[in-house]
Amino acid sequence: MMVQELGYLKETPSQTAGPYVHIGLTPNYSEIGGVYEADLGSAMVNDKTLGERITVTGRVLDGAGAPVKDAVLEIWQADGAGLYNSPSELRGAADPNFAGWGRCPTSSTDGVFRFETIKPGRVPFKDGRKMAPHITFWIVARGINIGLHTRMYFPEEAAANAEDPLLARIEHRDRVATLVAVKEGSVYTFDVHLQGDKETVFLDI
Amino acid sequence: MSDRSNSKPETGAFFARDRAWHPPAFAPGYKTSVLRSPRRALLSLDGTISEITGPVFGHSILNELDNDLIHNFAKPGESAIGERIIVHGRVLDERGRPVPGVLVEFWQANAGGRYRHKKETYLAAIDPNFGGCGRAITDDEGHYAFRTIRPGAYPWPNGVNDWRPAHIHFSVFGHGFAQRLITQMYFEGDPMIWKCPIVGTIPDKQAIEQLIAPLDWGNTIPMDARAYKFDIVLRGRRSTLFENRLEGN
Repeated sequence: MMVQELGYLKETPSQTAGPYVHIGLTPNYSEIGGVYEADLGSAMVNDKTLGERITVTGRVLDGAGAPVKDAVLEIWQADGAGLYNSPSELRGAADPNFAGWGRCPTSSTDGVFRFETIKPGRVPFKDGRKMAPHITFWIVARGINIGLHTRMYFPEEAAANAEDPLLARIEHRDRVATLVAVKEGSVYTFDVHLQGDKETVFLDI
Repeated sequence: MSDRSNSKPETGAFFARDRAWHPPAFAPGYKTSVLRSPRRALLSLDGTISEITGPVFGHSILNELDNDLIHNFAKPGESAIGERIIVHGRVLDERGRPVPGVLVEFWQANAGGRYRHKKETYLAAIDPNFGGCGRAITDDEGHYAFRTIRPGAYPWPNGVNDWRPAHIHFSVFGHGFAQRLITQMYFEGDPMIWKCPIVGTIPDKQAIEQLIAPLDWGNTIPMDARAYKFDIVLRGRRSTLFENRLEGN
């Protein structure tokens, strides 16, 4: 039976970013100087950015517990008032001094990544309930065939986390902890476990 | 911010990703994926405002030579060595609509297959006039273009005698963070494509063919550079005709 054609295209398939992803995404970090003034996403805040300053740091660990020293992480988050700096944000104008996006390689020596940012405000879920404050992560590396999405939540937000619609969907409750950072002063440590007993919850969103 | 004030704001969630079309996380022919692939199922969630939104980059980040890899790392008056090519195409979504104002980044080895990276140990020589990175922002119809040198194939320690086909890595932003994509472009007619374990992570032959750029003779510039055309498709967005209104959205 013939019907009208939907005419949709297929998404371009993903491929690994490979071990030399830094050439393209953080050339100054990979010692290719003079092409770009600074690596994109290396500075998220400036003197005028509103909100509570925090550091987000951690490592990405493989299935044998070894740090992945050639990954690149990107984060995307709301500003201090819970607004995204995006044309699709219709609830108001986000802080112009906060882009909400950052990019950082894991160190080639110890595998640590580090973002200087601000704590995000709460944003609504589709049905109007508020989600708990969170930062969206996207991780690529050699050996990762399609970028991995996950979220980092804040341990001092126990009440908000308890009513968060995404966290509520995690069937095995002991895995919720894999999305909650460890806080020490203004420093949040968020280790991402790609595989194994402590495997981080990754998202199909 | 690019100026898209005349276009309707995009608030629809994205089409679900067809993860049978993309490579699976665990693909043992590509050895590094064995310990770097999650074994638990992904947690599925229809897009929220955290993924429907995404960063936008203005032209202010671009320098004049950002889309000219033949010259952006070369000494004044010199240029990179190799086959001069132009790579161009459009960024579209699954509904066939152009995706304007999005950042496309690309990186590659030089003509001999050598990357300018401290972890790279291949014996082929570095080209002193070639860095290997570039970027562009798509225009109103979703077009991007850059000049470069056709990269060489290179060997890698996976199997005993594995070689990557000539390829250019692409990183693409859409209008939402859920569209974020990294992929690789291959060249029409390269017999290495069908031997490569990384290409082979993609289960479907048609999906692989979507990554092969044809020689675009019409856009070849006589006595200067050949052209290859590489279109990129990002996830489509649902129309919002019957979406529930979000509170405050």
